[in-house]
Amino acid sequence: MTSNEFTRRDMLTVAAAGTGALAGGSFPMTPAAAAPAKEGPESMPTLMDLSLSVNGKEHRLSLDPRTTLLDALREHLHLTGTKKGCDHGQCGACTVHVDGRRVNSCLKLAVMAEGAEVTTIEGLGDPDRLHPMQQAFVEHDGYQCGYCTSGQIMSAVAMMKEPWGSDDADIREAMSGNICRCGAYQNILAAIRQVRHG
Amino acid sequence: MELFTYARAASPADAIKAAAAASTAQQGAEVRFVAGGTTLLDLMKLDVERPSRVIDINHLPLAHIERMPGGGLRIGALVRNADLANHADVKQGYPVLSQALLSGASGQLRNMATTGGNLLQRTRCVYFRDTDTPCNKRRPGSGCSAIDGFNRTMAVLGTSEQCIASNPSDMNVALTALEAAVVIRGIGGERQVPIGDFFLLPGDTPDRETVMMPGDLITHVILPPPQDGARSHYLKLRDRASYEFALASAAVVLATDKGAIRHARVALGGVATRPWRSPEAERVLLGKPATPATFAAAAAAALRDAKPQSQNGFKVELAKRCLINALTTVAA
Repeated sequence: MTSNEFTRRDMLTVAAAGTGALAGGSFPMTPAAAAPAKEGPESMPTLMDLSLSVNGKEHRLSLDPRTTLLDALREHLHLTGTKKGCDHGQCGACTVHVDGRRVNSCLKLAVMAEGAEVTTIEGLGDPDRLHPMQQAFVEHDGYQCGYCTSGQIMSAVAMMKEPWGSDDADIREAMSGNICRCGAYQNILAAIRQVRHG
Repeated sequence: MELFTYARAASPADAIKAAAAASTAQQGAEVRFVAGGTTLLDLMKLDVERPSRVIDINHLPLAHIERMPGGGLRIGALVRNADLANHADVKQGYPVLSQALLSGASGQLRNMATTGGNLLQRTRCVYFRDTDTPCNKRRPGSGCSAIDGFNRTMAVLGTSEQCIASNPSDMNVALTALEAAVVIRGIGGERQVPIGDFFLLPGDTPDRETVMMPGDLITHVILPPPQDGARSHYLKLRDRASYEFALASAAVVLATDKGAIRHARVALGGVATRPWRSPEAERVLLGKPATPATFAAAAAAALRDAKPQSQNGFKVELAKRCLINALTTVAA
C-alpha cells in the first residue's frame, strides 16, 4: 500500500466520522447535488464500501467509485488472469462472466457488479482440473502470446449457452468481440469446435 | 476520468429528480444515468463525458418486453440488446430489428448495452472522441476538425457547416423503419415521442442530439403492430465482416399486393447525422412494381441530397447499392 493511499483513507475516515455520510450501497438520493467535479490535489474521491462476489467468494472492498470491475479484479483482488487490453470494450481481453453472461469488465464500474456473481478465468478451472474449454485451448494451441487467452476462453464458454448456429461461421461471428493480436484464430476456432461438438 | 459520486436510483421518480438538477441532458450533462455503461464509461475514460454525478438505473423495473393490447410490443429501456435481438416476438414480427441488433457491437457488449442506452449512443467521430482537437459537438464553437480532416466515415446526409458526424447505431435505423415511439418520463410527466422526432439534426447546435431534457428518463420503446404481409430486412456494409460500425446500412419494411408495392418504409444508417428515414425513397416505391428499376429509382431518390466530403464520396454509391440489395432481399 502506498503512503498516498494511507493519506486518502485517513482523510476519509475523518470525513466519514465528521458527516456520517459515507456513500455505499443503495440509498435514497438527495436532490440537486449536481456540483461540478472538483479539480486539483485537494479533490479526493469518497471511497465506497461494497461487496463483490467473485468465483463464489465474497470480498469486502473500499473503492473509488471510478474503479472498473476490471481494475477491482486485478488491482484489488489480485486476480490477474483477467487482462487489460484496450480498456474501451474493443478487444475482449477483459471478458468475465457476470451472472453467467459474458461482459467487458473494463466498461462496468465495480460498484455496478455488487449483488451479482462474477466469474473470472481463475474460477473456471485450475491447472489440475482444467475446464474443458481450457483443455481444448491447450490441445489445439489456441494462443501464441497468451494475452487474449483468458478473455477468449471466458467468451467461448459463455457463448455455448447463447443461441448461435453450429457452423464455423457462427463461432467466428460469436467470437468477433475477442481480438487476437497474434492471429491464432484458426486454433481458437478448432478448440471451440471441439468443445461444442464433443 | 473525472471524479463523480455514484448512487443507485430506487425508483424512476428518484432517478428523474436527481437528473433534473443538471443544466442539460445533452453534451456536458452534470448528471448521467448509467445502464449498460458501454458508451458512458468509454467516453468518461476519454474525458469527453465528465458527469459529477452518475445515477445507476439498472435496478429499475424496466427490463421487460410486453405484448401490447391490439398488437405491438412495449420494450423496457433496460432490456439488453442481446435479449431484444433473440426475443421470439422480435424475431418473428420484427426481423429487421433482430438483424440490426445482432449486426452491432460484440456478444459481450450486446449483453451489457440497453435499449434506452442504444437510443442515446454517441457518434464514433474520431475528433469528438479526442479532447485535443476542436469539435463543435463536444465543445460548441470550437470548430469542426472533420470537415477538412479525416472524414471517410462521416455522414453525407443531414450534415451542417458545424458538424458532419454520423450516427453509429444499427438498432435506431431499424426502429426508424418500424416507426417506433420512445416513451420518456420527466419532471412534467410522461410523453411519447415518435422516433422520427427523437433525434435532432446538427444544424448550428450539434451538441444537441436528441429531444432529451434534464430529468428525462427513457422508460420504454413501443413498436406498432407488424404490417400485415410485410417483410423486413437489415443490411449492413462495413470495412470488416463483424464487430465494426456501418459505412452504410439499410433497414427496409416492404409489403406487396399483386406485384405492386403497397407499403414501404426505408431508413439508412452509417451515412447520416441521425437515423435517416427516406420518405423520398418510400414515395418512389409506393404503388410501383417490385422490380430492379423501381429499387434503383428509390435509391437514387434517397441519396439525391447527399453532400459528400473529400474522402467519403464512395458512401453515396455504397448506400444506394445497400438499399437496392436490401429491397431485393425482402421482395424475393
